[in-house]
Amino acid sequence: MSLIESGLLLVAGAAALACVGTPLSSRASQASRTMLSGALTCLVGLGGVLAGVGALAGDSWSVTVPRLLPLSQAVLAIDPLSGLFMTLVGAVAIATGIYSTGYPHSHDHDHDHNHNHDQTPDAAGGIGSRTVQAALPLFAAAMVAVPAAGNVTTFLVLWELMALASLVLVLAEHRARPEVGQAGVWYAAMTHAGLVAILLGLVVFANAAGTETFAGMRTASVGLSPATRSLVFLLVFAGFGSKAGLVPLHVWLPRAHPEAPSYVSALMSAAMVNLGLYGVLRVGFDLLGGGPRWWWILVLAVGALSALYGVLQAGAATDLKRLLAYSTTENLGLIFIGVGAAGMFAAAGDAPLASLLMIAAVLHTVNHAAFKTLLFLGAGAVLRSTGLRDLDKMGGLAHRMPTTAVLFGLGALGASGLPPGNGFVSEWLLLQGLIHSLSGAGAPDVAVAIAMPLAVGAVALTAGLGVAMFVKAFGVGFLARPRSAEAAVATEVPRSMRAGMALAAVSCGILALAPLALVRSLERVLVTMPSIGDERPVHGAVELQLSGITGSMSPVLIALGLTGGALLIAVLVRRWGGQPRRTALVWGCGGTRLSPRMQYTATAYAEPLTRVFDDVLRPEHDINITHHVESRYLVESVTYRQRVSDRIENRLYPPLLAAALWWAAMARRLQNGSVHRYLAYGLVGLLVVLIAVGVTS
Amino acid sequence: MNTVTSWAVLGVVVQVLLVVAGAPVLVALMRQVRARLEGRVGAGLGQPWRDLRKLMRKEPIAPDGSTIIFTAAPAVALSSMVLIAAAAPFITTTSPLDGVADLYAVVSLLLVASIALALAGLDTGSAFGGMGSSRTVTVAALAEPTLLVAGFALSVRVGSSNLASLVEHGQRAPGTILSPATLLAAVALWIVVVAEAGRLPVDNPSTHLELTMIHEATILEYAGRDLALVELGSAMRLAVLLGLWGNLFLPWGVATTAGPGALALGVVVFVVKVAVLGAVLAASEVFMAKWRLFRVPELLAGSFLFGVLAVSSSFFLA
Repeated sequence: MSLIESGLLLVAGAAALACVGTPLSSRASQASRTMLSGALTCLVGLGGVLAGVGALAGDSWSVTVPRLLPLSQAVLAIDPLSGLFMTLVGAVAIATGIYSTGYPHSHDHDHDHNHNHDQTPDAAGGIGSRTVQAALPLFAAAMVAVPAAGNVTTFLVLWELMALASLVLVLAEHRARPEVGQAGVWYAAMTHAGLVAILLGLVVFANAAGTETFAGMRTASVGLSPATRSLVFLLVFAGFGSKAGLVPLHVWLPRAHPEAPSYVSALMSAAMVNLGLYGVLRVGFDLLGGGPRWWWILVLAVGALSALYGVLQAGAATDLKRLLAYSTTENLGLIFIGVGAAGMFAAAGDAPLASLLMIAAVLHTVNHAAFKTLLFLGAGAVLRSTGLRDLDKMGGLAHRMPTTAVLFGLGALGASGLPPGNGFVSEWLLLQGLIHSLSGAGAPDVAVAIAMPLAVGAVALTAGLGVAMFVKAFGVGFLARPRSAEAAVATEVPRSMRAGMALAAVSCGILALAPLALVRSLERVLVTMPSIGDERPVHGAVELQLSGITGSMSPVLIALGLTGGALLIAVLVRRWGGQPRRTALVWGCGGTRLSPRMQYTATAYAEPLTRVFDDVLRPEHDINITHHVESRYLVESVTYRQRVSDRIENRLYPPLLAAALWWAAMARRLQNGSVHRYLAYGLVGLLVVLIAVGVTS
Repeated sequence: MNTVTSWAVLGVVVQVLLVVAGAPVLVALMRQVRARLEGRVGAGLGQPWRDLRKLMRKEPIAPDGSTIIFTAAPAVALSSMVLIAAAAPFITTTSPLDGVADLYAVVSLLLVASIALALAGLDTGSAFGGMGSSRTVTVAALAEPTLLVAGFALSVRVGSSNLASLVEHGQRAPGTILSPATLLAAVALWIVVVAEAGRLPVDNPSTHLELTMIHEATILEYAGRDLALVELGSAMRLAVLLGLWGNLFLPWGVATTAGPGALALGVVVFVVKVAVLGAVLAASEVFMAKWRLFRVPELLAGSFLFGVLAVSSSFFLA
């Protein structure tokens, strides 16, 4: 039995056990069911990693099961591109599976503090309910299986299974907080609108190709008319783009991710959104075999818009999980900048540059999965131990939750794209690809000369603002002194949660120091995209070197130099500067002791940037001044509230929602509850069909 | 070959020592220029080193409730400056470490140093630290696009972003230095150097009024040897930025072969270049006041525009 087969068997077995075992185990204690659910999720993840690694090693595998699906057959076909995403999803599932076993316990552990998120006694029943516990491994299994699908029907069934399982998980805590229900509605609507777009696109494609297996569509796509190809691409790009959280279809992300249990947020944000990218790569580069340049300029533009808008919203956000959700939009935006640029150069026939950009995009996908898992799990640890998502109320957690603080810090380092973090490597590759677009072989044209500097500017501004955002998230959340009573009594989370985070942190570290180990297998992924080819864009051992471009950088030596240098300096200085370090009160302007409330908050920290980007963000300010009863010139208290709402959502969605409501109201008129009228509808309907059949035949 | 490599290694060592030892003297020179122009005598070229010696002997103090970030940040910031001093071609392009960090990695290392101190500022739990930290990251975030786009303009004509290739190309083809692309990039990068080094009109290095400070507010809580490291780090930052600007736009004199004569010439030329640039910067500051904080983004947006113009002209006017 090959690696792929054993991996898939493990995934299927664990998923089946989750469906059967968890609901039946009503007698078992909640703790043991949690263990079971987490363990099954880990097994699914392990299976995904096994199958994915097998496929990345160069094996390909396919199976056809006739009559499993109505009117069609189930086809699974695994190539290196599927393998990459299966490995990615599997790895995230392992870390979150381990983590999820500790999540409800830590909640019991400090139940005596009054947390605003679990005031009702059955709130824990949300996460601990059997449906939710069965849905977790099922969600992971569906995500592992989506890239393995080999025909349209199988793909859509698995895609929908993934959407439904994740919806159940998002709604886990809906009894405790009303916002969860709202988030669930938004998520359900967006994911199904996306499904409709994908369905239409793939149906048009399969119809024109005359077959619905991916293998058949791949060969038939050459003969399709350009109009059909473009229609298919636009439809699937809209559908997959909404899953990937690209602007303007990102609106579900900042709602669903904060409200879902944190390990579900991690699975969704680090694994599920990547399947949107998988879809675009599979259909755009593989099945359609690349396309005209304007497709990819569109992808590039949407990517740049998403990156900038995501990072600006994340920069202004004070809810830690909302911040991370917008950061997902930002990172997927960066990835799509790479994909779009790769497509542009592939269309122009510049394979070396296209492959470099594609490697950068795919590597950034892997990096994003690693650090976003870590960050969402870290945010979940903070939420579980303090009940807080609001950065303005956190602070000082580094003393109370040292392991979580260090691990979250590592994730933030990776996410901010600074050396020696892992995000730096892929952002560097992306920049190299964009920058050498003008000096590459052949004369570049005007579109490239205009698009590339703007893309570099967008990447650079995103990188700069991303750094500011993560300094805010880590610095305000974990450093200094607690800003609220909840933060002051935080306790470290249980060992299993720390282990899940540590696993993600170790992957971040490996990706940061030895990206080349992974780049070798990513090159096999390129082979599946015919317009990009099988170049080897990146080589070298210690230094990353690029072929055709004389740019090099060594992540290992930079990391060694930074840490080694800092240690050396610290040791030398301690030896020379004789006096020991003393701890003292922070300077209080010569008199008062500074209270923790005088510290900078996350809102204050982001204020300069919010003000600079006022035109985009349009924050709403609300200042209430209570005057003293005796004089208007004396102020009793001032309350200041700032809210940054999503402008794109406010502009774009209300008309759409109004139209949908109007449509629903019209439909309601038809449906007045009278049985006679329904019978009349049936009769009229039948007559119309009969007449239509009679006329056409 | 062996002697060549050993000369190259010696070049790196000399370069690092020169930047470490010379950076405080550069600061002193700039203060001296300013003092003379304002009609004062000035403290002399040795004063920053005397200050550092005094600070090393004094007691370091950490604010109550701060973490290891506060104590480690000065060392990390200094270490990233040393790394840049080792990797960048200041006196020689033959450095074996050149491939470790190209222009973009160097830009990121500069950012690492700012961010280390920004986190330390937040870690103090003081309102001033948070304020300085917030302003530091604002300026850094807005300077980043200019740095990268101007770097884009420079690397387009060379086909490489490695600093040594950029410098060597400038020496081989001096005509490109006067091309519109390079001149526009020079203007853009000069503005960023001023912003990143915390000079007027972005930040006032000699202010002691808390509400106007950026860098000084961030490091307000440091004392003793920690403050000495911070001061040395920010002096090196200034030297590194001026050195990079000088060698990218005035690449002459940088040793391209490894040998004692070329190295000695490289040292002399580098010292002269940085000293002249520093003196010009200091002299220009005499005629300037610090801008309002919220006018700084306008300045940086202007520099970004110069950067984009540089890239476009490198394409359209090439």
